[in-house]
Amino acid sequence: MQGVKQLPAARKRQKNRTPGYRLRTFRENSPYLLMILPAVLVVFLFNYLPIYGVLIAFQDFMPGDAILSDTTIWVGFENFTRFFNDVQFWPLMKNTFILCIVGFVIGFPLPIIVSLALNALKRKKTGKVFQTIYTAPHFISLVVLVGMLQLFFGRYGLVNNIAASLGAERVSYFLESSAFRPLYILSSNWQDFGWSAVIYIAALSNVDPVQHEAAMIDGASRFQRVLHVDIPAIMPMISVMLIMSIGGLMGVGYEKALLMQTDGNLAVSELIATYVYKRGLTGVPDQAYATAIGLFNSVINVVLLIIANTTSKRFSENSLW
Amino acid sequence: MTQKAPAIRIKNNALKDTRGDKIFFAINAFILGLLALIILYPIYFIVIASFSDPDAVLGGQVVLAPVNITFEGYEKVFQRGDIWQGYLNTIIYTVVTVILSLVVTIPAGWGLSRKTTPGKKFWMIYFIIPMFFGGGLIPFYNVMSSLKLINSPWAVILPAILSVWNLFMSKTFFESSIPEGMLEAARIDGAGKFRTFFSIVLPLSKAIIAVMALYYAVGQWNSYFNAMIFLQDENKYPLQLVLKEILIASESTVGGSGETILQQYRLANQLKYVSVIVSSLPVLCLYPFVQKYFAQGVMIGSLKG
Repeated sequence: MQGVKQLPAARKRQKNRTPGYRLRTFRENSPYLLMILPAVLVVFLFNYLPIYGVLIAFQDFMPGDAILSDTTIWVGFENFTRFFNDVQFWPLMKNTFILCIVGFVIGFPLPIIVSLALNALKRKKTGKVFQTIYTAPHFISLVVLVGMLQLFFGRYGLVNNIAASLGAERVSYFLESSAFRPLYILSSNWQDFGWSAVIYIAALSNVDPVQHEAAMIDGASRFQRVLHVDIPAIMPMISVMLIMSIGGLMGVGYEKALLMQTDGNLAVSELIATYVYKRGLTGVPDQAYATAIGLFNSVINVVLLIIANTTSKRFSENSLW
Repeated sequence: MTQKAPAIRIKNNALKDTRGDKIFFAINAFILGLLALIILYPIYFIVIASFSDPDAVLGGQVVLAPVNITFEGYEKVFQRGDIWQGYLNTIIYTVVTVILSLVVTIPAGWGLSRKTTPGKKFWMIYFIIPMFFGGGLIPFYNVMSSLKLINSPWAVILPAILSVWNLFMSKTFFESSIPEGMLEAARIDGAGKFRTFFSIVLPLSKAIIAVMALYYAVGQWNSYFNAMIFLQDENKYPLQLVLKEILIASESTVGGSGETILQQYRLANQLKYVSVIVSSLPVLCLYPFVQKYFAQGVMIGSLKG
């Protein structure tokens, strides 16, 4: 924020100087360029070269072809229209949207509620202990998490053992398509709600105690103070997180979905991103087609982000740009 | 006056605990406690199941405490060469990733945090775009392929040495935590930009270096996807990929009569419990000690904007 404010002034000053001065400042500050150079190179290689590589989505491309050459066959939007007419198109859209939206509806408010509850604990030390426990699962790897899910929800796992002892039938939850979404969403929340709460807890710890005291003098109960002091205090943070998570809505979690897929649940567990992986890198790869699907997905994400940011800007003062 | 204020506050607090407030506090603590149990129990269960008699685990007798303690599973895991090879590979990949990532991230964070960096606005946009838009999986794979990185350990390491999020986090840290006065003093003493960075900025940046190292280390330790798509030789597999094969066997592929299925389950499950413990142990043991650094990282990030 400060940088932005001072920039115009600095620029004005520079304009008044001679070219020699500008050359000198450039030379004096050029070490900074050298410092960011390695990062610039890494981003160029692993982020910008792939962005250039999406051109193959508009080509008839065989693995090994050059992206731009005399023999390149351009096909326009053919790969995209093929996807829109793919029998998988609507199931993929539906699976991706449902998983992301239900996951978001549960996963977005939960950390906020938890952070408010932690902040409202009588003893702060207890809150610290709880927070340590809540954040621990964040560091469990996806492979281990899905492995744990299978151990608990497998045919002879703990859940089935308990159900069987109560006289219920054993169910292989990993083969049931109806169990995929609940397992996916609940385990994601189990793993990450504590971690996502940390950022709100940080914001809550910055609330001026005077506000709480004033509310108490006015006779507000602790719960009323949560509603009228704590929530307004973290509102800007909530808006920013909301925009960011809407921007990433369609891109999340395919690595985990891939691990959880079985023949039994494929009807609901096949997402756009897992389909990209399968069409592009396994079996007989159709790279141009898979790239087109991936590009379609990223474009949706960017559009969602822009919509979320514009909406937030209109209705509040909070936005990413 | 100022000394009296806290005393009044405590008195106020004591007075304001109405019955409604007491109920609120109790319910709140109860729910949070329950949540802690939901987090802890599955982890606790894995631990006790790992050294219980596998028949007891399968029979549902292991619920609160280990039954017929045995270390059979641990012995089996210790004999498995692939797990240890994976362990070794993961340690190597993680150490190299952390070293390179610090070399790339920390100086870049410093460079981006300076107002006088030539073309600063351009570089900011350059780094922000990949946060929200990417080429996707296939073009990424093709780039790696044309860089001749397929089946090379570098395919796992190099793409992981810079996270733009981490870069911006370190930039935010540098903007707020290095006193301008010291930089000015260094400049007057004739120190160049590099000298200033190495002798003044780095010694003041232990916190962000620790946070970055931890973030990159955990990220590399837990990742499997790039290894899965780029590595073909099993002796290059990181731990997570070995674990994937042990833990995530599709149930549909298990055939045979009821007896053999159970027998397979019995053996496989014990191995699974133990390998979960063995693989997560370093991270979970380290976790309580480094937890404050992780939280610090989030707070540094949240200062942004």
